[in-house]
Amino acid sequence: MKLNRKDILGIRELSVDEIDLILETADSFIEVSTREIKKVPTLRGKTVINLFYEASTRTRTSFEIAAKRLSADTINISASTSSVVKGETLIDTARNLEAMNPDIIVIRHGAAGAPHMLAGILRQSIINAGDGAHEHPTQALLDMMTIRAKKGRIAGLKVAIVGDIAHSRVARSNIHGLTKMGAQVCVSGPATMIPRGIEKMGVVVHMRIEEAIRDADIIMMLRIQTEREKQNIFPSLREYAQYFSLNRKNIGFARKDVLIMHPGPINRGVEISPDLADGPHSIILEQVTNGVAVRMALLYLLTGGTQ
Amino acid sequence: MTLLLKGGRLVDPSRKVDGTGDLLIENGKIAGSGGGQQQTGKARGKGVPPGMEVLDLRGKIVVPGLIDMHTHLREPGFEYRETIASGSEAAAAGGFTSVACMPNTNPVNDNRSVTEFIRRKAAECGLVNVYPIAAISLKSEGAFLCEYWDLKDAGAIGFSDDGRPVMNAALMRRALEYASSLDMPVIAHCEDRNLSAGGMMHEGFVSTEIGLPGIPTIAEEVMVARDLLLAEYTGAHLHIAHVSTAGAVRLIREAKARGVPVTAETAPHYFTLTDEAVRTFDTATKVYPPLRGAEDRDAVREGLRDGTIDVIASDHAPHAQTDKEVEFDFAESGITGLETSLSLSLGLVEEGLFTLPELIEKMTVNAARILRIPKGTLADGADADITVIDPKREWTVDRGLFRSRGKNTPFHNRTLKGKAVLTIVGGVIRCRDC
Repeated sequence: MKLNRKDILGIRELSVDEIDLILETADSFIEVSTREIKKVPTLRGKTVINLFYEASTRTRTSFEIAAKRLSADTINISASTSSVVKGETLIDTARNLEAMNPDIIVIRHGAAGAPHMLAGILRQSIINAGDGAHEHPTQALLDMMTIRAKKGRIAGLKVAIVGDIAHSRVARSNIHGLTKMGAQVCVSGPATMIPRGIEKMGVVVHMRIEEAIRDADIIMMLRIQTEREKQNIFPSLREYAQYFSLNRKNIGFARKDVLIMHPGPINRGVEISPDLADGPHSIILEQVTNGVAVRMALLYLLTGGTQ
Repeated sequence: MTLLLKGGRLVDPSRKVDGTGDLLIENGKIAGSGGGQQQTGKARGKGVPPGMEVLDLRGKIVVPGLIDMHTHLREPGFEYRETIASGSEAAAAGGFTSVACMPNTNPVNDNRSVTEFIRRKAAECGLVNVYPIAAISLKSEGAFLCEYWDLKDAGAIGFSDDGRPVMNAALMRRALEYASSLDMPVIAHCEDRNLSAGGMMHEGFVSTEIGLPGIPTIAEEVMVARDLLLAEYTGAHLHIAHVSTAGAVRLIREAKARGVPVTAETAPHYFTLTDEAVRTFDTATKVYPPLRGAEDRDAVREGLRDGTIDVIASDHAPHAQTDKEVEFDFAESGITGLETSLSLSLGLVEEGLFTLPELIEKMTVNAARILRIPKGTLADGADADITVIDPKREWTVDRGLFRSRGKNTPFHNRTLKGKAVLTIVGGVIRCRDC
């Protein structure tokens, strides 16, 4: 099977078959990263540009490693060291990159829709590595891959996503993906963090974390952005940590075999207590490992690879 | 010059006229109209007198020159977006013989010199009547009133801090009172800046899905409510610009029923599009107030139908490519509207929302009454400002062909039915086969 798409912009537009294809292809790439010589020649002669307008450690490194393990040439551009500081527009930057004939452009941008704008004008494949509060499709794919690897399935699982849903692209992509794949998804956070009409995306809203994680198979904790305090989204980190963090006390509401996930970077002691982040339920670092495989799969499939 | 418009359907809501007839224009004034064969004035008799141009308008609709009471002509200060000349050309092409232009220029139209400059520029190009709306407050900063008497004397016909809503209720109260002593309207851009802060689009399910920060309907409605209370208290004429929400329509309807001296307008994009259009991240859909939900669009239509909303105005907001070919977050907001407004509005007649005379009323005499300008009528002796509409003409919007410098339209490539084909200002044809 082939992935018949030029770009990966979001999970919303992917079909179940396409998600299956990507996850199965990713499974087959896991092994490459465990070899002594962690490289295959699959993308030799291809060029991947990572165009990052927002800070990133995990995602950018993961894309770079994924491309390198497939033998592609990679270039990283971050806004702070590019012509952006000279006032060049995104479209001009993109057209200049296009003129150098890369094969794939991976973009992260603080403005929702920025990857879509590029996808509309460039002939290269565009992968969205996170756009504003819109989507972060590779994160959702690696999360689904990790859940499948640990639980053997996604359908029928109860997944709780807790935190600032309103400002989270990870939440949106995961809600699209997990509901498509048959999971029951609920979200929780103070009402200031729950966007209007979220129920229409197929999720249940709980105002208290204890209700959200009751009998959960999976708990996804979201990073709290401290600058939201100034916007009156929440009064203080202290109160948030007291009433919405995942800790040893409330984890008891979840199933015994619950798995704890987090897209990182984590605020230890804010949304999650350190002992849980490092404890036996946590699969946070396995998410990171699988991230490389998922991104290898997408680079491979977008350059015409078949499963 | 004498002009005889023969055989068109004359629709003049100012006199409740709707019927086939002729219209004679002499020396820039309307010299008489008559039904069918019954010609009046000098048109009587056989043959065409020398110097008279006769236009056969059978199948066309002849209406008072359209008035757009909410435009942005961008000059002075933003000539790369529009000039008074290019905006006048766009107006004539769209069938408008009179436009009122908002004061958010640079410098802001908050003093006699800017008003006079706009009037002089408009007279130089001489295509359509341009009526400057002056600012409510100095620099539209919402702190101190401008000199309303002086501005009126210079030619301003109303006051508005459009685009910079007056957050200070005490200032708004004084503006209403001061303007009322001049018998002039205050035109309110109703938006609570605290509630709309950071917003890019309508707050609703679409904004939730696509992750763009929302502007809630209440950002408009709390200010509509406040300004209605101020109008009721002061007895001054309040005109509410670009109504976009169901709640605002309801508040205005209730206020009108209580006898509050309020009038209101909406723009074609609010009764045509919804927030679903923003899903593509096309920056041409970015506008303040934002494209709302389907229930708001339907309520705006109902408000037009039942007369709660008096006027359709384009809120013509031309922008340059550089303002719009950027990330949605960074794009300027606004839709260029002069050349699509009439055709989109005719769509409402086609759909049966109301009759053609009811539509023309909202694009002519109602605006004239609100602005107290002697326009919007085909009565004998009136200025010969006339728009001729071909109701059957189908055309496809091509922003590349706009006379306006602003190509920022979400209606590009849309096929519309009905178009202005003749625009006559002061008895002179300013656009033919536009």
